[in-house]
Amino acid sequence: MMADKTIAMSLYSTMLRIRMVEEKIVELYPEQEMRCPVHLCIGQEAIAAGVCAHLSEKDYLMSNHRSHGHYLAKGGSLKAMFAEIYGKAAGCSKGKGGSMHLVDLDVGIMGTTPIVAGSIPVAVGVAFGSALKGEDRITVAFFGDAATEEGVFCESLNFAALKKLPVLFVCENNYFSVYSPLSVRQPAERDNLALVKAYGIAGERGDGNNVLEVYRATGKAVQYLRNGKGPYYLEFDTYRWREHCGPNYDNDLGYRTEEEFLRWRHRCPADNFERYLVQEGYATPEKIIEIKKKISREIDEAVTFAKQCPFPDAGDAFIDVYA
Amino acid sequence: MDRQITYAQAVLEATEQCLAADESVYIMGLGVPDPKGIFGTTLGLVNKFGNKRVLDMPVSENGMTGIAIGSALVGMRPIMTHQRVDFMLISLDQIINNAAKWHYMFGGSMKVPLVIRLLIGRGWGQGPQHSQSLQALFAHIPGLKVVMPATAYDAKGMLISAVEDNNPVIYIEHRWLHNIFGHVPEEMYRVPLGKARIMFEGEDVTMVSSSCMTLDAIRAAEILRKDGISAEVIDLRSIKPLDQETIVNSVKKTGRIVAVDGGWRSFGVSGEVLAVVAEQAYRFLKEAPKRVAFPDVPTPTSWALANHYYPRAVNIVNAIKSMFGLPGQSEEQMGISYDVPLDVPDKTFTGPF
Repeated sequence: MMADKTIAMSLYSTMLRIRMVEEKIVELYPEQEMRCPVHLCIGQEAIAAGVCAHLSEKDYLMSNHRSHGHYLAKGGSLKAMFAEIYGKAAGCSKGKGGSMHLVDLDVGIMGTTPIVAGSIPVAVGVAFGSALKGEDRITVAFFGDAATEEGVFCESLNFAALKKLPVLFVCENNYFSVYSPLSVRQPAERDNLALVKAYGIAGERGDGNNVLEVYRATGKAVQYLRNGKGPYYLEFDTYRWREHCGPNYDNDLGYRTEEEFLRWRHRCPADNFERYLVQEGYATPEKIIEIKKKISREIDEAVTFAKQCPFPDAGDAFIDVYA
Repeated sequence: MDRQITYAQAVLEATEQCLAADESVYIMGLGVPDPKGIFGTTLGLVNKFGNKRVLDMPVSENGMTGIAIGSALVGMRPIMTHQRVDFMLISLDQIINNAAKWHYMFGGSMKVPLVIRLLIGRGWGQGPQHSQSLQALFAHIPGLKVVMPATAYDAKGMLISAVEDNNPVIYIEHRWLHNIFGHVPEEMYRVPLGKARIMFEGEDVTMVSSSCMTLDAIRAAEILRKDGISAEVIDLRSIKPLDQETIVNSVKKTGRIVAVDGGWRSFGVSGEVLAVVAEQAYRFLKEAPKRVAFPDVPTPTSWALANHYYPRAVNIVNAIKSMFGLPGQSEEQMGISYDVPLDVPDKTFTGPF
């Protein structure tokens, strides 16, 4: 598939930015100044980039613990994200949330939470409330393969279908819930597309490491939503490169094989797309370097900001319990 | 004019006035628009406000609570109803992990104005899973407010306050209060959350109670008066925030306290009330405090068992008498007689309910 140059370059920049932000976290995490859990999406960036490319700032997004990519692709403030991870007052959640609780209302990010499937019904509720108010916005709920095992996932599908709500369910299937592979959690015959179809929800499954495929599938889904046809389900296969939580590789634990990891590593969404862009003449190697430098400068500025800005006052722990 | 309506009618009137006053208010729950209308508390609303604002729901308590939360984040003010407390336990994930924390964990950037109405069942064999009174469980969670109005007046005024509050409020109503009449003004008025009410003034002993148990406490106070003991009855109305000031001031006056709670004895509201007194009014105490609450066993179903399970006025009276060195008495000796069996609140209840 040939892609529009502007879109292709934008998809690439978004993926690359997510990758470089998370690699900066990997680099700095051992300093022990980012004192909260981090769930990195390195290897999975194409899904965030391809899906969010179709959203406007008015559209809503909710996500789970592995949400840095979604937050950045939707336009969340990088400075506020780093400040949050560093536990600073200027953090997007004022230091009350950390990496697992990102928010940026200016661009429709309504919150990310780490209880598996916990934010899915809330996203459906955002869509429901938005529909009750007569707004013309869509809501995206990002979640992982394990979330589809939760009862509340089916409850959410059911209500979204019942009320024909404009919710885009996006499942990032990375085949593992911490160390538990899909094979010990779901029957081999399970087909989530058939499951959502039983609720009357249209869907598609695609390669989550191919950003153009994610972009194409999401375009179709978003059109469907904006036409008022009801919810849509997308499932993308992908792979998390690093440990479930933290900056390291953990293939040495033996819960997955090095060969499997290398197969997916070879399918790196960012590297492969970069090669494609150069081969097809969308970008010169010099342009690529320029983009990387620009992102690198932005990240350094955000990290410097986050490190320099003050911690919250101790007394702030006691405010905002009630609105 | 002393306008008298029932507690259930007061809940209905509050809901209707909130729906009329603010377009962002909606009410949903299993059976909300059905012909029985949640024991009459939602009757007729769907005709007045339509099925977009008065809606039934899938039997998905957890998912629907999340959906209510999500709608609240974008400006709606949902009221959810559950016909029994027990049914909503499946939604504790959404209530505790999300509703209670959303405002705090996102740095105060969003709010969750959500009212969850919970009905406590009792009598006619409600048994282990239709009768639980879990105010202590909810009150334990930072970020939630918990109210248990005892009168029709407070039922209306507190529901309006709860709907207008910008936080999740657990509004617990006892089935046995629904048919009780009380003075209720027609206009839309508010009873503040977090303020107790002194129902009965006294000098010798303080009773702190809530919801249905407040009726037993008042009855106990009337019986004690005949023995020359002047008892003060504080109806908490709000479990959280707890009105510590009213409790402590009363104990400073009386020097004695019995905490009465329609919940289990251990780790409950009665223990919390006594802890507040121990911390803030210890030197005023003339006697060791006492608790009257449910025994630490599940609620049995057979009326032969349940009749001995729930504490009543007699238990409160005897707890207080022992503080004064007086012997306990039976209900007969106290002149208490019931004109209906103990497992129904009044003659209109003929089961099943």
